[in-house]
Amino acid sequence: MADRLLSVRNLGVAFGSRVVLRELSFEVCSGDCLAIIGPNGAGKTVLLKALQHLIPYQGEVQWSPEARLGYVPQSVAADRELPLRVSELLAAKARVLHLADLEIVQVSSELNLSPEFLNAGIGILSGGQFQKILIAFALLGRPNVLLFDEPTASLDELTEERIYELVHQLQMQKGITLILVSHDLSVVYRYASRVLCLSKARVCMGPPKEIMTPETLEELYGAPPKFYRHIQEL
Amino acid sequence: MCAVGTQKEEWSSSVDAGHIYAILLAGLFAVAAGLVGSVALMKRMVLASDVMSHLALPGLGIAYLLKGNPLVGGGATLLLGTLLVWQLQKKTELATDASIGVVFAACLGIGALVTPNEDLLEALFGNFEKLSLPGFLLGTAAVMLVVAFLFGMKDRLILDLFSPDLAAATGVKVAYLDLGFMLVFSLTILVGLRFMGGLLSSALIIIPAATARQLTGRMAEFVVLASVVSLVSVTVGFLISTLILKTSTVGPTIVIVSVLLFVMSLLKKK
Repeated sequence: MADRLLSVRNLGVAFGSRVVLRELSFEVCSGDCLAIIGPNGAGKTVLLKALQHLIPYQGEVQWSPEARLGYVPQSVAADRELPLRVSELLAAKARVLHLADLEIVQVSSELNLSPEFLNAGIGILSGGQFQKILIAFALLGRPNVLLFDEPTASLDELTEERIYELVHQLQMQKGITLILVSHDLSVVYRYASRVLCLSKARVCMGPPKEIMTPETLEELYGAPPKFYRHIQEL
Repeated sequence: MCAVGTQKEEWSSSVDAGHIYAILLAGLFAVAAGLVGSVALMKRMVLASDVMSHLALPGLGIAYLLKGNPLVGGGATLLLGTLLVWQLQKKTELATDASIGVVFAACLGIGALVTPNEDLLEALFGNFEKLSLPGFLLGTAAVMLVVAFLFGMKDRLILDLFSPDLAAATGVKVAYLDLGFMLVFSLTILVGLRFMGGLLSSALIIIPAATARQLTGRMAEFVVLASVVSLVSVTVGFLISTLILKTSTVGPTIVIVSVLLFVMSLLKKK
């Protein structure tokens, strides 16, 4: 039995009178890849933020003492207009966390970030390159848990594939625990060890094969399960 | 409390220590305004910034009415207003720009109403006059505080500018960093309030930063350049006002010079 890293009990989040999450309880063990799926507005991003104590919540979010979190937000949550180089961004985080300069070198080599790339302004990067920066930023500080919020939204399929391969490699090589929000059900099916589905109607959790049935998906998204058929054909 | 520049007088050709102090502090204000302005521009809080300078107006008006020190009055309402805007910004459910618009109009209205007519022009547009040594030292200390905050918090500010969520996830206390920045912003306005007035002191924070942003895509260059443009605006504006226009109301000239520099910067491609 793997160590329990995260325990969530009766988690609730509301913005004024609008209740986004209600009575949510689940656990995440070391080495898990938990995918959070659900329609827009179900509270997936809100859940990731509550797990990191970034927004007020009710209930209990308990991380084990050895958990070190890295967060990859949706790329729209970052300002790409800033007159900032990649290296300056990474160095700022390293200094805030009092990390050795060597860490930036190590993370850069793990993600194959060239010196030219590090020297580039964040405004000129492509969507895939920018996503890589967000991952590099998250990896500084040696996290053993990565929280990903739709890492491949707005990316083309080939780039999307590369990003997921990268994430999967990180998980394999470093034994990183992943908590992943994704709209891409085929990716969830391929990589997730467990799935948490969130919707206004219901919350369910279990292995992908049990959770991602045509019935559940139709109930969750309110549409016929094209993805499921697609997955079955693979 | 020392009297800081409450005595009105026309700028004369004889220059004494009080004039030198005033000129030096104007230069220091220009540098601080450039630094603070470049961060405000990157934080996209230009509208909020503009309003914050107007928050000084009711206090200025009351001080003139009671024959007190305008900077104490202006500083008091500026501090109150800053805390108010900070609270409004934290509550994302409120339409922040609408709230700020209301605060702005209220401050301008109250300020204009309570300020005696003969002092209204000075409250709105400032007046360049002699400065006492204690006034100069206080102003210098304020500018040093502003510069120390911005350099000390540089890395946290970069993370916050890039993504407040990522900054918070990295352990930065974003709400308090924002408050610190807004207080530093208000302090800069307060230093410039004497000679730029409640309406124009924020202009020197915003316009040179906008000019510098046109000229460079690198953060370090941008911040330094904003200060240089601000200093040039103050120097040229001051010289034109005193030598050619023979007026002690230097604020409008300084603002026009800074706007001209901005227009020139539009001609250059980044």
